[in-house]
Amino acid sequence: MDNMIEIRWHGRGGQGAKTASLLLADAAFNTGKYIQGFPEYGPERMGAPITAYNRISTSPITIHSNIYEPDYVVVVDDSLLETVDVTSGLKETGSIVINTTKDNDEIKRLLNGYSGSIYKIDARKISIDTLGKYFPNTPMLASIVKVSNIMSDEEFLADMMGSFKHKFAKKPEVIEGNMKALELALKQVEKI
Amino acid sequence: MGIRERLSGNEASATAMKQINPDVVAAFPITPSTEIPQYFSTFVSNGTVDTEFVAVESEHSAMSACIGAEAAGARAMTATSSNGLSLMWEMIYIASSLRLPIVMSLVNRAVSGPLNIHNDHSDAMGARDSGWIQLFSENNQEAYDNLIMAHRIAEHKDVLLPLMVCQDGFITSHSIENIELIEDEKVKEFVGKYNPEHYLLDDKNPIAVGPLDLQGYLFEHKKQQSEAMKNAKKVILEVAKDFEKMTGRKYEFFEKYKLDDADIAIVCMNSTAGTTKYTIDKLREKGIKAGLLKVRVYRPFPAEEIAEALKNLKAIAVLDKADSLNAAGGALYEDVVSGLYNAKATVPVVNYIYGIGGRDTKSDDIEKVYNDLQEIMKKGTVENPYRYLGVRGDK
Repeated sequence: MDNMIEIRWHGRGGQGAKTASLLLADAAFNTGKYIQGFPEYGPERMGAPITAYNRISTSPITIHSNIYEPDYVVVVDDSLLETVDVTSGLKETGSIVINTTKDNDEIKRLLNGYSGSIYKIDARKISIDTLGKYFPNTPMLASIVKVSNIMSDEEFLADMMGSFKHKFAKKPEVIEGNMKALELALKQVEKI
Repeated sequence: MGIRERLSGNEASATAMKQINPDVVAAFPITPSTEIPQYFSTFVSNGTVDTEFVAVESEHSAMSACIGAEAAGARAMTATSSNGLSLMWEMIYIASSLRLPIVMSLVNRAVSGPLNIHNDHSDAMGARDSGWIQLFSENNQEAYDNLIMAHRIAEHKDVLLPLMVCQDGFITSHSIENIELIEDEKVKEFVGKYNPEHYLLDDKNPIAVGPLDLQGYLFEHKKQQSEAMKNAKKVILEVAKDFEKMTGRKYEFFEKYKLDDADIAIVCMNSTAGTTKYTIDKLREKGIKAGLLKVRVYRPFPAEEIAEALKNLKAIAVLDKADSLNAAGGALYEDVVSGLYNAKATVPVVNYIYGIGGRDTKSDDIEKVYNDLQEIMKKGTVENPYRYLGVRGDK
């Protein structure tokens, strides 16, 4: 099971963290992996903190519990840094990816001395610039693919093109913006 | 070769229903099984299936509509969870006693109250004496495979009993995982056409369904149900053999995981079996001889076969995801212990009530059970066999 990657997503209801976890599962599935993608269901309301999970492995996955010691954590909304212990159980050899414009010292302070790798990205700006609206999940999806190195940028973009063509069959005009959001995020996610 | 896909447990169940293409589906939505009739109604609207979909106003009516359809000579299916099954209560006994092979997808959820939408097995365990065949599924693949096998078992002339396929609400129903689907035409051929011997719309051979059945006959009819349940054991294995020929996937009454050389073992059902396998692999690396017996067929209960598989172990833990609130132990535990007693086995058995109302069962929890089993193995006896796992305030 050493080849299994475990990812935990923190977001707020309505931001698409669950959808992003399912898209990541899809993309990894399409590169031949065994996958799990599942949200932790609580009271469902816009804005409430939500958690979603991914397992990605080269061999069949049998464990069916939530993830307590993730390799990677994705934070879709930086206001959660103040209220949720996002680094709980996160491996020191792992990484956290945060959608934020906060400065690096502030981020480090909010992560209570987490000693693993910290990455940040301004998913709001990318989303507004490419889609005209705030959908942070698309850039965050690209960010975690980049940071975790689950697949190459080319594999990922080609796969997502296929997914978007299917998903947005009735509104193809949004495909280009979404692809651009992914491309920008792959380039802009940075280690602090 | 099958079709490599990734689906949630609910999507997998709806896909099985699509491929089965039953005559009638009657259902009322309830979390976490809602998606099954939701996806299925899309197949109906798109013309992918030619099923009559009955959007009823309650689960009582869903089961009543299935009973009416089956009695008329049609193949009927439904899906529900928790309180939905509770509301069917009156009708599930009528379905089984009228010997109507209805197939249900039961996505297990805690029965209220207080209100909870998450997984445990209190819904299925409540129905264990209702005369339904009950198959349990570790993951989306097994939920799918069990549904594909369901009608062949239920409709067999020596059986004629309704059947429910169980899977864990949210844990597998809402988790996207890899799955291998079977081609449509293969499923169609495997499931076959439904040709009931007696049915209401057969105007050449009129029958009555559900008349008064008093002291003179009801006992004999119940005995016949009991015989049918015994017959189901043989049929379940026959159908599994055919299924294995088609897919290569082998199913029996239960799955043994690293059990044959084990000292200590867990007995459990549904998704926890997967977490247990994961934990066993870790423990085996440390030289601990841990094993698993995962019950797939809970009704009929394969008591002798389970006892045979377990009798030489040194300590056993049975995990119940429903409390019988009887001050004695969970239902699966009592069934396993009865079987072992009749087999004159003296292996100590401990019971854990766990995972109630969706309390997450971690591999650490499973490891704790194996640690306890090592203690029990050393002592050779169990002092307090009725225990709780992962609950706060346990003394």
